[in-house]
Amino acid sequence: MADVRLKDIKKSYGAVDVIKGVDIDIEDGEFVVFVGPSGCGKSTLLRMIAGLEDITAGTLEIGGRVVNDIPAAQRAIAMVFQSYAIFPHMTVRENVAFGLTIAKASKEEKEKKVAEAARILQMEHLLDRRPSQLSGGQRQRVAIGRAIVRKPEVFLFDEPLSNLDAALRLDMRIEIGKLHKSLGATMIYVTHDQVEAMTLADKIVVLKDGYVQQVGAPMDLYHRPQNLFVAGFIGAPSMNFMDVSIGSKEGQTARVHSDIVAEFAAPAWRKGAADGPKATLGIRPQDLHPVEEGGIISGNVTLSERLGTETVIDVKVEDGSRILVSLGEDAVYEPGQAISLGFNPERAHLFAPASDAEKHDAQVAAE
Amino acid sequence: MASKLTQSNRAGWLFAAPGVALMTLFIILPFFLAFAFSLTNQRLASPNPTEYVGFENYSDLLGLAIFTLEPERDEGGEVLRDDDGEIEYPRLRNFTRNNPDYPNLQGKREWFSWQSGENRTVILASDVVFMKALINTFTFVLFVAPIQAGFALCLALLINQKLRGINIFRTVFFMPVVVSIVVVSLLWQFIYSPGDGLLNNVLSGLTFGLWEPRDWLGNTATALPSIMAMSIWQGVGFHMVIWLSGLQTISPTLYEAAEIEGSNKWQTFRYVTWPGLRNTAVLILIVITMQAFALFAQIDVMTSGGPLDSTQVLVFQAVERGYGKQDISGGSTISVILFVIVLIISLIQRYLTRER
Repeated sequence: MADVRLKDIKKSYGAVDVIKGVDIDIEDGEFVVFVGPSGCGKSTLLRMIAGLEDITAGTLEIGGRVVNDIPAAQRAIAMVFQSYAIFPHMTVRENVAFGLTIAKASKEEKEKKVAEAARILQMEHLLDRRPSQLSGGQRQRVAIGRAIVRKPEVFLFDEPLSNLDAALRLDMRIEIGKLHKSLGATMIYVTHDQVEAMTLADKIVVLKDGYVQQVGAPMDLYHRPQNLFVAGFIGAPSMNFMDVSIGSKEGQTARVHSDIVAEFAAPAWRKGAADGPKATLGIRPQDLHPVEEGGIISGNVTLSERLGTETVIDVKVEDGSRILVSLGEDAVYEPGQAISLGFNPERAHLFAPASDAEKHDAQVAAE
Repeated sequence: MASKLTQSNRAGWLFAAPGVALMTLFIILPFFLAFAFSLTNQRLASPNPTEYVGFENYSDLLGLAIFTLEPERDEGGEVLRDDDGEIEYPRLRNFTRNNPDYPNLQGKREWFSWQSGENRTVILASDVVFMKALINTFTFVLFVAPIQAGFALCLALLINQKLRGINIFRTVFFMPVVVSIVVVSLLWQFIYSPGDGLLNNVLSGLTFGLWEPRDWLGNTATALPSIMAMSIWQGVGFHMVIWLSGLQTISPTLYEAAEIEGSNKWQTFRYVTWPGLRNTAVLILIVITMQAFALFAQIDVMTSGGPLDSTQVLVFQAVERGYGKQDISGGSTISVILFVIVLIISLIQRYLTRER
């Protein structure tokens, strides 16, 4: 078992910098998820850990050993790919035993290890089939089996569930979670799906444009996002952002208001959040609720989506901007209906002033 | 039942018509005509009417007989020997010319023979030149198909790398394919020319003058191998490109997975590349085999089947008979035989390389 330490890792392709200095500490046995929008460098980072990409600068340690120049096969890692990467001409048994075949292991050893992996993944009945006879979920199971047989210290998953349909994704997600518990190995998992990140991770690393935005436990990221990007990226529907002016600041709270937001006291613990006269206010759709009187924001309903377990209301406020409200119950709202919204001020987030483009990026990234 | 093929797609059929018409006229019709002609005594130009002759053309080409000659003996039963001590045999023509006791040998000639004890066993063929052409064609295919395919695969593996200027190599290797085979044949005639040809000169230079110049195309031992070498060189680029396309269909993640598992170069080839090339290999083997059976231009330009029929091949024989000797039925018969051979071999190859 091993910990993984990335120190000021950089990656450039010619003049293009993809990873611009990343420091991450992954403890032994931890399940770490890299999330971020496409092009943020999360897969590149994983491939650098795997040894499939060269490291331009910085040091990578696995189990206390610097592995920058050690070939992939000797890094004690195993990788599961998005496209499964199982060999189409081999049976499941041969695929799972591939690493042992390469290492010229004895027949008995192969039999034993394949049987063990098959038992862990409950795929004993699939061993003599060919990949073409398997479903997507079963193929990914084979790929995971091949990884288990290697007895790696670190498992790497590169968007393993992206090619599966929604129902299978849920099943496999649970399986991978169980696998982590039973093997206790360090796992690094790349995804763009925040549900996978939130449910599986001990620790999430949010990446954007080659930089780490925030590292933390899932609920830390949800409740205390360090910046606007993380706030917008984590949580669905995405956090609402609006510009506000700062009236006065006392300790860790600031009184804020704008044309559409009635004055209230918002927590302002974030660095740079309430230094100037302006700030960006963020409120999660789930934290807003309709009130009869004393609402802080008001507007008209333009659309309401009833999902049974929740109702998502699209509200157009006086200055023409849109705000999403998510109610945890079924409720009927007609388009055109006036609505007044309140929220627990403790749940409001105050950020340094952000441009519309930044707000938009943060909200779109989550989709 | 009206199928989709015949419904509301007149435009489609109109578009297909010119191609279908040309293919019918120049491929399908001649194909069936060849079958028909091979059963007649049709000549290119003849005042006599064409007659149906059944399978006579086939027996004239394929007829074989085995015959054992017994030595001449004197009254005491002793084997007669000539002045050099060689055993004397009766003349073969006594049996093959108008001998009512041996109707099966009528008109046949000696193809080859071997000694067995005092007797001599002779294989007779109705058409010795055709038999030589048949053997030469098979020899050509047997050598060219694996060597050309293997060589092309090596080149494809070499140029399937991300290196600066790799396209120059691709172009160079592919160039002979674009050049007309007639031009290539003429050039190689210079290369092979006796005395001061390029090949003799190079070999002489490499051996510091020890090399005895030889007549590559004029020697029965070297003529066919020379044509094989040149044909392999000419066609290798084409098959390299097909291999290359096969190589590029193999998913890069499979290579990455193999790399992580610690697979070395040879293991990667054995477990990832080669299985991934299975369908390409079938295609290439069939294409090369068919091309090799169709060998003609090189022979026509470089040797015309000589010396001593050592480079006779089937297509050359078909053309030679059909147009040189104006024997259309004979040429057609050879074409039909060639078709059957290629068909059988393709079926065998398909069977051997089938998906299991």
